[in-house]
Amino acid sequence: MLLITCPWCGLRDETEFHPGGEAGRVRPHAPDQLDDTQWADFLFMRRNEKGLRSERWLHAAGCRRWFVITRDTITHEIIADDSDSLGASALRSDNGGAQ
Amino acid sequence: MSGRQRMRAADGGQIDRSRTLRFDFDGRSYCGHPGDTLASALLANGVRLVGRSFKYHRPRGILSAGAEEPNALVTLGVGGRAEPNTRATQIELFDGLVVRSQNAWPSLGFDVGAVNALLAPFFPAGFYYKTFIGGPKGAWTRFYEPLIRRMAGLGPAPTESDPDIYDKRHAHCDVLVVGAGPAGLAAARAAAAGGARVILIDERPRPGGSLLASTALIEKMTASAWASTEGEAFCAQPEAKLLSRTTAFGRYDHNLVMAVERLTDHDPALAGPRQRLWQIRARHVILATGAHEQPLLFGNNDRPGVMLASAGQSYARTYGVLAGRRIVVAANNDSAYEAARSHAEAGAEIAAIVDGRSAGSNGLASHHNAAIHRVLGRKHVSAVEIVEEGGRRQRISCDAVLMSGGWQPAVHLHCHAGGRTRYDDELGCFVPANTLPGVTSVGGCAGRFALSDCLADGHAAGAAAAADAGYPTSLAPISADRGEPWCSSTRAFQPDPPAKSFVDFQNDVTTADVDLAQREGFVSVEHLKRYTTTGMATDQGKLSNLNALSRMASLLGTAPGNVGTTTFRPPYTPVTLGTLAALDRGDLTAPIRTTPMHEWHVAHGGVFEDVGQWKRPWYYPRQGEAMDDAVRRECQAVRNAVGMFDASTLGKIDVRGPDAATFLNRIYTNAWSKLEVGRCRYGLMLSDDGMVMDDGVTIRTGPDRFLMTTTTGNAARVMEHLEDLLQTEWPGLRVYLTSVTEHWAASVVTGPNARKLLQKVVTGVDLSNEALPHLSFREGTIGGVPVRIYRISFTGELSYEVHVSAEHGLRIWESLFEAGQGLGLNPYGTEAMHVLRAEKGYIIIGQETDGTVTPHDLGLDWAIAKAKGDFIGKRSLGRPALAAPDRKQLVGLVPDDGRTLLEEGSQLTADDSTRTAVSMHGHITSAYWSTVTETPIALALLKGGRDRHGETVMARSAGRMVPCRVCAPIFYDSQGERVNA
Repeated sequence: MLLITCPWCGLRDETEFHPGGEAGRVRPHAPDQLDDTQWADFLFMRRNEKGLRSERWLHAAGCRRWFVITRDTITHEIIADDSDSLGASALRSDNGGAQ
Repeated sequence: MSGRQRMRAADGGQIDRSRTLRFDFDGRSYCGHPGDTLASALLANGVRLVGRSFKYHRPRGILSAGAEEPNALVTLGVGGRAEPNTRATQIELFDGLVVRSQNAWPSLGFDVGAVNALLAPFFPAGFYYKTFIGGPKGAWTRFYEPLIRRMAGLGPAPTESDPDIYDKRHAHCDVLVVGAGPAGLAAARAAAAGGARVILIDERPRPGGSLLASTALIEKMTASAWASTEGEAFCAQPEAKLLSRTTAFGRYDHNLVMAVERLTDHDPALAGPRQRLWQIRARHVILATGAHEQPLLFGNNDRPGVMLASAGQSYARTYGVLAGRRIVVAANNDSAYEAARSHAEAGAEIAAIVDGRSAGSNGLASHHNAAIHRVLGRKHVSAVEIVEEGGRRQRISCDAVLMSGGWQPAVHLHCHAGGRTRYDDELGCFVPANTLPGVTSVGGCAGRFALSDCLADGHAAGAAAAADAGYPTSLAPISADRGEPWCSSTRAFQPDPPAKSFVDFQNDVTTADVDLAQREGFVSVEHLKRYTTTGMATDQGKLSNLNALSRMASLLGTAPGNVGTTTFRPPYTPVTLGTLAALDRGDLTAPIRTTPMHEWHVAHGGVFEDVGQWKRPWYYPRQGEAMDDAVRRECQAVRNAVGMFDASTLGKIDVRGPDAATFLNRIYTNAWSKLEVGRCRYGLMLSDDGMVMDDGVTIRTGPDRFLMTTTTGNAARVMEHLEDLLQTEWPGLRVYLTSVTEHWAASVVTGPNARKLLQKVVTGVDLSNEALPHLSFREGTIGGVPVRIYRISFTGELSYEVHVSAEHGLRIWESLFEAGQGLGLNPYGTEAMHVLRAEKGYIIIGQETDGTVTPHDLGLDWAIAKAKGDFIGKRSLGRPALAAPDRKQLVGLVPDDGRTLLEEGSQLTADDSTRTAVSMHGHITSAYWSTVTETPIALALLKGGRDRHGETVMARSAGRMVPCRVCAPIFYDSQGERVNA
């Protein structure tokens, strides 16, 4: 049972969090310009590293914010919390302006 | 009374001889004393036969004095309180204790199952896999399996519910010490000295562990007196807590230790919970769990009367009980000599000390380079046959054997979360191999067996852990008068064990089974375990793994370290399920959510179903009415008059902000920018892979504000999905989400008379079709309470949802119900709701969808905007596989006979062949009796279904194949006239 540091709320028990998979997966800016293989890579392929990996967590039973930690997948040691990063790129370069 | 305790020593032991306790074993009454365990009391009464073995039903006695006991398993208590497979060595005696032996019929002394022993040649390792494969069809399930289960059982599980209460507690500490033997006490003492918060856990009623049976002097006190003194001193510290009668059964990541505290098991007169589950998070965990003495391998080493030497020592010194009157001690190390001394001092005769080594350190052995070849005696030991290295044999009569095959550290907790072990050639056992952050093993469980080492290591670890937490101490270490003698056991004489040399006592595995596994190639430790079942019993191999691995290693001509160990997993000893559930039983199993109208539904006879955590009315039977009749009546009321339905559980999310419409455009398949204020729209939400994730109607309540509704069971998941996107993908969007599910109570009023009903109570809203058309909304009041009226239909009838602040939900529901009198109003539940929507072909997320269904599969292409920009799932819809013509598509089904009810989940096939291998064409997702067609109807996902209308497919129902006609997934008002009425 992990102890996870939420960047907003501090050290909490794993039961308060939901895991969100690998961090740093970049959503393509223009999906319609990708071929099927490239899109499938984004959708389905994960690095699944053994050792240190950067991953997303949601403090679901707390502040409900997403954040990123670095965890050793062998020892479950949490090496660092990287609260500056939200772990995903913007869908569009204009980052949210109306279309 | 105590005169009948014929094996009780004249004096000695830490029992209260002034009081006598009566207990009952297999219907016979015996006596013991406070301080006894069930095992020590049975031994004192001369009871040696306490159980029958798992496979061969061999007579078994008490082998150990602790948690490692494989033989003396009994069923404790009766009725709902019965707990099978408890270890007699850990049950504290109390007046009136009732226990039963297990796995013997008709009685322990005369067990019919013992004929299995005669059949032993037919029960070799792997017999499950070999013997019963083949044979007549069904022989396994009908004959062999039930027979084996009856013959080879442990205690039966109770059939009544457990009347006891169990508690659960969380705790946090700087230092957690597991085990209050010499190492643990020294660690706890040092850790607490500087003021750190320390929890000390021990299995037994009082601290001391091995010290309770030791004659060593510590700080000039007897060992057991020192343990008591230190235990009291520890408890006197303000931040220190001693948990006795507590077993730490698992260590998990980041130093979470789970433990079970036995509160009333030792005295049922005590009030309160029976056991308490502790979840302890510690900055530092010190493991001082000791070591388990291992059996020796010789013929009939499982006979009652054969006991571990340390157990004999414990029974003599702690309980004043003799293992026998004439003892043979067999050992390959020094520790057994103390056991011999304990019995000699208590008045027993030591017939022989047989040492496998060339020289024992004390010169006390009667035989060197010798070992027991086999034990004689049918139900208990009567003699042993010993063999010397040269081959000379000798028979020695005796009534008990104390054996010591060396010690294996209790590395379980070290290994539970990431700890590894290595084989130590000098010690002849597996010891911790790696250091873990925040965990230290000290004393016996680290392979440090000498008393002085335990005290020194424990002190150092305790002081260091406390200092690390900010509580340093200058307390002086503890001095003892001796390091207990110790000597390697690895170079002892070990003759080839004869038949019936047991490796695993609980699972009846012999050396012959290990040999067979090796001959058949099952030499890997994981194969060895599964093929022979060594170490797979409830004792998890505490007394068998080392012997099995050593045997395999010697067959392979390698070191045990090269064979390795299997994985140690929690729990260390079995934990009763009641303790794990603790208070989370019955109504407390999970949170229960009810709507503001719940009491009304209860008062009006509603039968409830669970939808996630919600209690929803399922149907409202009138007196004597069956469910089918009630649902039929409710459906007919909606179709012909008017019905009311509590829709408060619908997920509701307030979407607010200047970019709210943009946000909706990206997360729904359809377009939202042009939706006018006061209008509603059905929205379809996809996952990135293009599969339907949720649906619902969303209402534009203002230029920058929408109210989104979601499926009841999906609300939290949708909220999480949307927050993920807003926070991580589009942080620039000015949109704020608020869950308002519980803020609004929702009453559905639906049916031809719905408008008439509302017109009687609603003020301030023109309810005419022109002013309030389908998919629009207005605000008004009912009895002065502001309400929102949404014209939305999930039944296909003229339909309104009346939303009101939750605090007024019941009042508005009652006003509407009152207004419906005379209009044919019926309240209806979720079952009728399902039927009504299925007649219209409306999907339910999680019923028609399962994460592999696209909008196209459901015939919802109309809900996908082609012109707007990107949205979640759009790119995936263009993948060729999602456009394949043979994808499963939503269709309707009606059975040809017009009568046979179809079954949800049943597979669809093209023919009615009874062959087992036929191709599956799809499956039924929803099936009901329809009151509009007066036939059964079903919705189904069928391969290429949209082009197969009019075809016949077969559906299995009640074991028969039912021919069904495929049709469009709509059974009622396909033009949609009624909804717009």
